[in-house]
Amino acid sequence: MADSKSLIALKAIDRTFYLGDSQVYALRNVNLDINPGEYIAVMGPSGSGKSTLLNLLGLLDRPDAGTYQLEGRDVTTLAPDEQAKVRSERIGFIFQSFHLVPRLTAAANIELPLILAGMPAAERTKRVAQALKEYGLVDRAQHRPNELSGGQRQRVAIARATVQRPAVLLADEPTGNLDRVTGEEVVRLLEALNAQGMTLIVVTHDHALGARARRQIKMEDGVIVSDITHMPEQAG
Amino acid sequence: MLIADSTKFALQAITSHRMRSFLTLLGIAVGIAAVILLTSIGEGVHQFVLAEFTQFGTNVIGVSPGKVKTGGQPPTGIPTTARLLTMEDAKSLKQLPNVTGASPTVWGNSEVESNGRLRRSTIYGVDADFLHVFSSTVQIGSFLPKEGEGSSRALVVLGSKLRHELFGSMNPLGARVRIGGLHFRVIGVLAAKGQFLGIDLDDTAFIPAARALELYNREGLMEIHVSYAEGISSATVAAAVKNQLKLRHGHEDFTVITQEDMLKTLSNILNILTMAVGALGGISLLVGAVGIVTIMTISVTERTNEIGLLVALGARRSTILSLFLSESVMLAALGGMLGLLLGAGLAQLLRFLLPTLPVHTPWSFAIGALVMSAVIGLLAGVLPARSASRLDPIEALRAE
Repeated sequence: MADSKSLIALKAIDRTFYLGDSQVYALRNVNLDINPGEYIAVMGPSGSGKSTLLNLLGLLDRPDAGTYQLEGRDVTTLAPDEQAKVRSERIGFIFQSFHLVPRLTAAANIELPLILAGMPAAERTKRVAQALKEYGLVDRAQHRPNELSGGQRQRVAIARATVQRPAVLLADEPTGNLDRVTGEEVVRLLEALNAQGMTLIVVTHDHALGARARRQIKMEDGVIVSDITHMPEQAG
Repeated sequence: MLIADSTKFALQAITSHRMRSFLTLLGIAVGIAAVILLTSIGEGVHQFVLAEFTQFGTNVIGVSPGKVKTGGQPPTGIPTTARLLTMEDAKSLKQLPNVTGASPTVWGNSEVESNGRLRRSTIYGVDADFLHVFSSTVQIGSFLPKEGEGSSRALVVLGSKLRHELFGSMNPLGARVRIGGLHFRVIGVLAAKGQFLGIDLDDTAFIPAARALELYNREGLMEIHVSYAEGISSATVAAAVKNQLKLRHGHEDFTVITQEDMLKTLSNILNILTMAVGALGGISLLVGAVGIVTIMTISVTERTNEIGLLVALGARRSTILSLFLSESVMLAALGGMLGLLLGAGLAQLLRFLLPTLPVHTPWSFAIGALVMSAVIGLLAGVLPARSASRLDPIEALRAE
């Protein structure tokens, strides 16, 4: 049951789509508690509802039934503008295809969430400069996405997702468009962020990637079929 | 989101498609240029026509016999039942406060013979005040002298054209001229006034009004022209003139038309003309607006992904709406500015190439054009921007 310390508490979440005449149950009676600082992999075949779950957690989608509490606050009933504020301040998205704005430089892409939040320019410049430094992108700051490698693009995207210091980072197949080596780099970057206390939820059907998470959730046909938490094997 | 930031964001979106944005704003530019050029010509014609009418001075009131409600006057030569305007009426109006002159007027067309030549000209019967009332100037000699109407001497002042036709370069002063059956002596020549709506104002001869009444065998004057001091309202003077004549005639059997009224009516007609040609230019502006709608719709479709991303990053629906709106407003405003330069430049060029064509670009039109283009951008942007702000973020992020 959800205790007050939960970061995320989902209770009896249903989400149904209609495709023509047929109903598709994307999520069925999903209950989930996530504590701050957890590292979770959501796995399952395509159509299992894992992406719907992620969209729901990111407030891009609304459940048909059930409640979603984020940091103890019921966010399912919030007005759209308030949900936008929650997305802006508490949630970071990382996408498989990066979703960088092609006409903006790396620095401008990182700055985007701060601009949308209405932060004054002076403060933004400081935050962006720091993010560029943290992610080793200083010499790429004025490059546009098409002048960056895949790994660099995803680093820009991660910098953008974390520049507002969100409580939870939602990653949808973050390594799907990357080769093994750069994928590994990106995963290590995400894990380092998790080690600093940021809650990390990764949706993937890459078993190797999923196996690295401490908590592994398997989904099938909109239902959580297994939820296993591994104790850290190698301490240190 | 701060306004400066959304402006910058919109500008970046516009400049990322230079050619496409330029062509779109060119559509607005051509529309604005057409509106400015056409209204400039309209306004130029307006000012030209008004200048034609005001070259005799604007502070003139005309009094004609007979009460005609719809304006104008009965055709001359047809007997009317109206009581006549007399030389005494004109004289009494000279005494009114603020009135600077009142000239009785009788006109007709007669043969003028002198120096062995004969010419048909317009003959005006006036008095000394005429010169002042119609802001004419004497070229040589003098105008008709002020004197009692009973002793109007047989003197004539020639218009410059008539003088040339009859006397060439000879000095006409003192020459004898026969007009109709009467004989006159030339005492002056007026400076050339040019044409007025196709009528040659210089093919004229001016004789004392009393002599003209005799010449044309008339009992009363055709009109009395009253001029009044600068800065006095025409209505006040017109009322005073009416009162004075009512007192003399017992009732209102005459018509008073101030030039101000006439000019106002004329000005209204010309304004409608200007607006009509402006509306023609507005059609091309409409086409430009359709271009903006098209390009913004394409832009929203192309940037579906970006819109989904902005929602995921915490953009409100209203923020997305205003981002796309400011983009279309900026496109239109830039087009408006370009059109302003284009239109004003063409107007100047036209003035340079065709100096006789009156062209005038008022500043209020230029500012109006800019405001109009921004409003057009706003209206044209509403539809695409609304569809952008209503996109489902999940679908938008998935779109390729």
